[in-house]
Amino acid sequence: MGSRASTLLREEEIEEIKKETGFSHSQITRLYSRFTSLDKGENGTLSREDFQRIPELAINPLGDRIINAFFPEGEDQVNFRGFMRTLAHFRPIEDNEKNKDPTASEPLNSRTNKLLFAFRLYDLDRDDKISRDELLQVLRMMVGVNISDEQLGSIADRTIQEADQNGDNSISFNEFIKVLEKVDVEQKMSIRFLH
Amino acid sequence: MFSFHAIFFPQWATLRMERGAKEKNHHLYKPYSNGIIAKEPSSLEQEIHELRGSANSLRSEPEFEMADIFYFCRRGVESIVDDEVTKRFSAQELESWNLLTRSNYNFRHISVRLSALWGLGVLIRYGFLLPLRSEFALWHSVSFRLRTYLSEKVHLICYRICVRALTAIITYHNRENKPKNGGICVANHTTPIDVIILANDGCYSMVGQVHGGLMGIIQRAMVKSSPHIWFERSEVKDRHHVAKRLGDHVADKTKQPILIFPEGTCINNTSVMMFKKGSFEIGCTVYPVAIKYDPRFGDAFWNSSKFGIVNYLLRMMSSWAIVCSVWYLPPMNREEGEDAVQFANRVKAAIAAQGGLVDLLWDGGLKRAKVKDAFKEEQQKLYSKFVVNKTCLFENICSHRCISKG
Repeated sequence: MGSRASTLLREEEIEEIKKETGFSHSQITRLYSRFTSLDKGENGTLSREDFQRIPELAINPLGDRIINAFFPEGEDQVNFRGFMRTLAHFRPIEDNEKNKDPTASEPLNSRTNKLLFAFRLYDLDRDDKISRDELLQVLRMMVGVNISDEQLGSIADRTIQEADQNGDNSISFNEFIKVLEKVDVEQKMSIRFLH
Repeated sequence: MFSFHAIFFPQWATLRMERGAKEKNHHLYKPYSNGIIAKEPSSLEQEIHELRGSANSLRSEPEFEMADIFYFCRRGVESIVDDEVTKRFSAQELESWNLLTRSNYNFRHISVRLSALWGLGVLIRYGFLLPLRSEFALWHSVSFRLRTYLSEKVHLICYRICVRALTAIITYHNRENKPKNGGICVANHTTPIDVIILANDGCYSMVGQVHGGLMGIIQRAMVKSSPHIWFERSEVKDRHHVAKRLGDHVADKTKQPILIFPEGTCINNTSVMMFKKGSFEIGCTVYPVAIKYDPRFGDAFWNSSKFGIVNYLLRMMSSWAIVCSVWYLPPMNREEGEDAVQFANRVKAAIAAQGGLVDLLWDGGLKRAKVKDAFKEEQQKLYSKFVVNKTCLFENICSHRCISKG
């Protein structure tokens, strides 16, 4: 007796995840339920196929890029810790967190880390630069077959031209931050977790 | 008296757990009245408009902003945390525990007293209710098998036996709208027991695929007493053949109404998923029926990928009871200028509204199959309109209509 979910997730683990991600106890247990319901193989990890089984994600033009963000470099499985670490980026920024101990490492859901998450969606080869080619590929994912190569090319050129400040014809993370300084990143990249 | 206790105990059990949790200073989580996250109801158009308004732009009419990615990103992660489809294919999560281990997902704080009560429940359900019901079903079905020529009477009697065997407590509403000959009855599908529940109150012709095993035996026995329409799997693919057989049956006014479950698969009774348009193309009167099970007494949903039919029946017969409500809705006909898909959606909306279920456009077939690429292409097309054709920025593009055509 007792729920299947809680017997597999120990209290110590919940505490560690709480410290690392900032989620509450009840949020962690509920997200663990969700994790196990996605884990069809029941081996404690999620594969890319497990994510692709979600229809709303499968029809998202950037679905594959988002799924990729959950998997560390070169790995094909993500465990619950990794799952939570990635989801933590989408926690809303709370006021009391802004005044926290300055020596503590930056929380996963800070504005900078949210922007980094978005930056990595564009940065396909993870070399910390968005090249023209990478921008084109992501644009192609978003618009499908509805825009011609030439038009898309000129859009990519214009975007890089506006963002690029050091003339290397690619967008670094700092240049990316500058382009988006007026956007309300906190609101657009946050999900309202309940409880 | 029995049903009084069956309602009282779960509430008491939940209160007991809450009290126990507070005593030990544990977090007790109250499941599922609100969901894990609160989703923003805004559309692609709204969000792109907001992003364009705030982004740093040198042009008067931007074509593409790097910030556009935020919309897809957030929506994608929201669907990873909570999506509308995958949760429909497993048993519904409960607010209060009904003392059945099978329905216990997240009730953790179980005291000794509650365990004792659960143990008593097990004794009653497996030692008393289950043997009583199986013995009843077995004995009566044997004695009535000899009289299969008395078609309609026996049909009803047999179903009443099944109902007693499951202790199904059914409330029928609006019986003046009961399906008549020459029509089609459509209902939302949760379990094979839906058939028993409806057939208990009227005679229907069933439509379905020929099964093997116990289901196959039941199907062959049923055909001997009244005209049912069973298809071989190969025939199902031939839509015209299916439509013809249905059409012929309906045209014959002496034949009973056909019972069809247009979702095509069992859904967990929290939502109604896409209705397949086949039944709505035939052109006869449709009698919609909404069936809603009360999850406090037993979870009626048949998760066919997890349990076989025998295992499922065993679980049903050892639940407290099967309590459900059936609403007969007023008959509907296809209107002028309405195609089969729109008609199907109209009927579906009526059933969902009556039963208090979520009306979804997603296909129940997603239980087993992957979603079609066409839907992703629709999303891409929609976004493209904001990148290139500036005049379409505020056009009201209904992506929902595109999904239902698929």
